[in-house]
Amino acid sequence: MQQTIVNKIMKVDPRDGKLAMANIYVAFIALLVGGLAGLLQVLVRSGQFTLPWGIGYYQVLTVHGILLGLILTTYFIMGFQVAAISRTVGPLTNTQRKIGWIGFWCMTIGTVAAATMVLLNEATVLYTFYAPLKAHWIFYLGLTLVVVGSWLLIVPQFMRYIAWRKEHKGETSPLLAFMVTVNNLLWFVATLGVATEVLFILLPWSLGLVERVDVLLTRTLFWYFGHALVYFWLLPAYMAWYTIVPKILGAKIFSDALARLSFMLFLIFSVPVGIHHQLTEPGISGLWKFIQVVLTFFVIVPSLITAFSMFATFELRGRQLGSKGLLGWFKALPWKDSRFLLPFMGMVAFIPGGAGGIVNASYQMNQLVHNTIWITGHFHLTVATTVALTFFGVAFWLIPHLTGRVLTPKLNFLGVITGILWATGMFIMSSAMHIVGLLSGAPRRSEYSEYGGATQAIEWIPYQIAQAVGGTILFIAILLITYVVIQLAFFAPKGEQDFPLAELSPGAEKTPAILENFKVWGVILVALIIFAYTIPIFDIIQNAPPGSKGFNNLW
Amino acid sequence: MHLHKYEKWWLVFGTGTLIAFLIILGIGAFHSGSHPNNSRKTIDYERVEDFEPFNNPGVHKVEGKDWDYEVVLIASAFNYNPAEIELPLNAKVKFIATTKDVIHGFQATGTNINMMLEPGYISEYTTVVNKTGEYLIVCNEYCGTGHAYMYSKLKVVDPNAANDSE
Repeated sequence: MQQTIVNKIMKVDPRDGKLAMANIYVAFIALLVGGLAGLLQVLVRSGQFTLPWGIGYYQVLTVHGILLGLILTTYFIMGFQVAAISRTVGPLTNTQRKIGWIGFWCMTIGTVAAATMVLLNEATVLYTFYAPLKAHWIFYLGLTLVVVGSWLLIVPQFMRYIAWRKEHKGETSPLLAFMVTVNNLLWFVATLGVATEVLFILLPWSLGLVERVDVLLTRTLFWYFGHALVYFWLLPAYMAWYTIVPKILGAKIFSDALARLSFMLFLIFSVPVGIHHQLTEPGISGLWKFIQVVLTFFVIVPSLITAFSMFATFELRGRQLGSKGLLGWFKALPWKDSRFLLPFMGMVAFIPGGAGGIVNASYQMNQLVHNTIWITGHFHLTVATTVALTFFGVAFWLIPHLTGRVLTPKLNFLGVITGILWATGMFIMSSAMHIVGLLSGAPRRSEYSEYGGATQAIEWIPYQIAQAVGGTILFIAILLITYVVIQLAFFAPKGEQDFPLAELSPGAEKTPAILENFKVWGVILVALIIFAYTIPIFDIIQNAPPGSKGFNNLW
Repeated sequence: MHLHKYEKWWLVFGTGTLIAFLIILGIGAFHSGSHPNNSRKTIDYERVEDFEPFNNPGVHKVEGKDWDYEVVLIASAFNYNPAEIELPLNAKVKFIATTKDVIHGFQATGTNINMMLEPGYISEYTTVVNKTGEYLIVCNEYCGTGHAYMYSKLKVVDPNAANDSE
């Protein structure tokens, strides 16, 4: 049966474009400020620099984690997804768009509130805010608003997708819109954990309404959210790889069905795996830790599917262009196109990044690396390279598409330079982190310290200097990309920048309907969550020690 | 749904590798007993010194147990009690630790001894210290301003070698 997806809509509706751009502006402001915080950290940790005006290292670290891990990612993803929905399944209605704007402002008020508390040194609790460290209640309220705002932003995306499905009964929905919907569903299910933690436990506690909290319960709820969070970051990058990068190459989508299968697998396996972040802690039985380790390994399978699809696309396209030999197709790829080069470098980074992740999740092997700077090196490869470079590659065409400008050859060239600088800086920084964390156990989240002159700690210093070198190169890349983004948003020549969207091959098989059946996959998701979490959480509550009072006088 | 032949091979190979990894981890854990800290004992964190064994922190030789030494340790912002641990080479030792306030880490750097200390819970880990040397113990979970100044030392000494040199 012939599949018919006709892209009647070629552009994002300008009104939706405004909403998308508002999100993207905040994302890049967060990148600049959060990146500056990162620069200060690596400089302090090199031992050559101290922070002025009584600013604390951990305050800067909190800023870095929140702005880059939570704010940059969530805003950029919302901007990209709103645009993707408008482009693939049509403009939002006025009401839907209004809900989106309320969500945007809700998130922004929350961000400003939480940031203010961090700047006032009332919330130096890092982005994981582990109790019983107790921040100011406004910090927790701010975070709640960010989560609620993000829910309001995904509502119109859901509504528009559902409306399209109703209007096109029996048709396969556009791949990108389907992927956006999966990611939004994942986000909603995941954030239920952190929303419960913050709204029902930490907020009343910080307000003094309850005296004590169950520390392990809050951590478990946090990581129920925390691991799915990383897939919420990763899936938009995969969206770009599956649906946008092929178009830039001039290729078709490799397999619509496999792409959907991998997203559904991500949906069901991203959430019931959070305990693999808690492998070295007391209060959770080894059996349940191990069960979640097994589930964690399942979530690797869709990434294997994705890796195959990507390289198959590249090779097929290269051969189509006449490349010969085993690896001749590699040369045919558009290396000078920043829209391709940056996501490609992101894909390459995910090979060591993913392998390192398998180590982290490997039950007893986690003891060797838990809370060492190896972990920091790991997620700077995954989120800060794979995801970040793909997002930048998307920004280079999405921003001009939304602002009615074009990516000029000069700006494209600066984009390429940014990507190369980023990859270089990250290679240096992340390698140093991986090596010194794995071989010598240097801790993460720690300021410069000689630990009483201990031999081991002295050996760490050269690696910390290497991190500062890499971090400085990264900051230069951030300055450059800020310049490119400002140009693309306000100064680049007016014109029509294409929203690249790959199509299916004319002869592609029809995708099995089961892959679009959210009811079936939703039931599996809920069943897996209930399976993986009911007994551990019941145990945690049942065997709880006396709760903890808060500590807000330690920083 | 069509799967290319190579893709089938790739997925079989990839998934097979993952299963092999899991089997190795499972045998290590459930056959050889190599687990991380899975202790489920609880304690009132505000009165830890009122309870055994935390009324007597330090290194203790024990008899009639599966291990030869117990290291009883209390963490609090920003120090460890005891501040230094000395053990003889090849001793089988059980680390028993807890915190009096916020979450701390307990990691002897460059070893597998690495666990979280959380208020209300006792963390335990049993191992054989089979390499001499001085190992820096660091707090690896952020606990406040003094976090990077919270450390102690694990000395593993060879009793015979010490006698020879003196």
